[in-house]
Amino acid sequence: MGGLQIPLEHVLVLSALLFCCGLLGLMLRRNIIFMLVSLEVMLNASALAFIAAAAKWGQADGQVIFLLILTIAAAEVSVGLGLVLQIQRRFKTLDMDAATALKER
Amino acid sequence: MIEVLFYSASVIALLATILALTRSNAAHALIYLIVSLLAIAVLFFLMGAPFAAALEILIYAGAIMVLFVFVIMMLNLGEVGEAQERGWLSVKSWILPGIMAALLFIELLIALSISSEQTIALTSGVAVPPKEVAMSLFGPYVLAVEIASMLLLAGLVGAYHLGRRFIVRREGVHEGGDS
Repeated sequence: MGGLQIPLEHVLVLSALLFCCGLLGLMLRRNIIFMLVSLEVMLNASALAFIAAAAKWGQADGQVIFLLILTIAAAEVSVGLGLVLQIQRRFKTLDMDAATALKER
Repeated sequence: MIEVLFYSASVIALLATILALTRSNAAHALIYLIVSLLAIAVLFFLMGAPFAAALEILIYAGAIMVLFVFVIMMLNLGEVGEAQERGWLSVKSWILPGIMAALLFIELLIALSISSEQTIALTSGVAVPPKEVAMSLFGPYVLAVEIASMLLLAGLVGAYHLGRRFIVRREGVHEGGDS
């Protein structure tokens, strides 16, 4: 890795930008698939910050946390996509505003 | 030279993410998201985390995106869903969340600038090899690995439970759990 030395702030700013994009997408989109994609973007942005911190101190801990974030993302997506299938089946739409009640009325 | 690589990869990641979140067609959005994930994998590699870069490509761009693609194929939204999505993407619905996200970003920038006033921190430019990651993963973090495996098991059971009834209904095999 030929000694890449980037100011840590630049990586953190990129991570913050990506996180805000994901947050914006989560607030804007009402399609549940896009909401899941936005969650992925936000998790990924935080993972970028962890990797940057690992690179800053040359320690492995940041990459370990990255692995845990990856695990969380995988579990979240599998359950989320199962929910997508159920919502599509019950409401015949992917609009989250159609699925506001926990109990069937 | 290598700095140019870094900044161009970050610009690609940012643009691809913005494009992915503003598409009305879910399949197009996924392609842009994969581009963004690949660019972030390049960033990981440049920052000296080759193991994380490989995992980013294998698990994020590979496994998780394939799940998304399968679900989109199963749902088969078509033109109607696309037109509906386009209707939701008007300026009126953009503006308030946009202001809120911009405020959050400005706050983060202020926090970053305050914390970086004393010294300019650099990424060290030293690669952390996979061996070291594995040593700490199965050394001090072994409990976290166990918890992660429990989480994956819970995700597996949950996804199976949620998806099973859908599949039974579509095939119309047995009476199934169709409530």
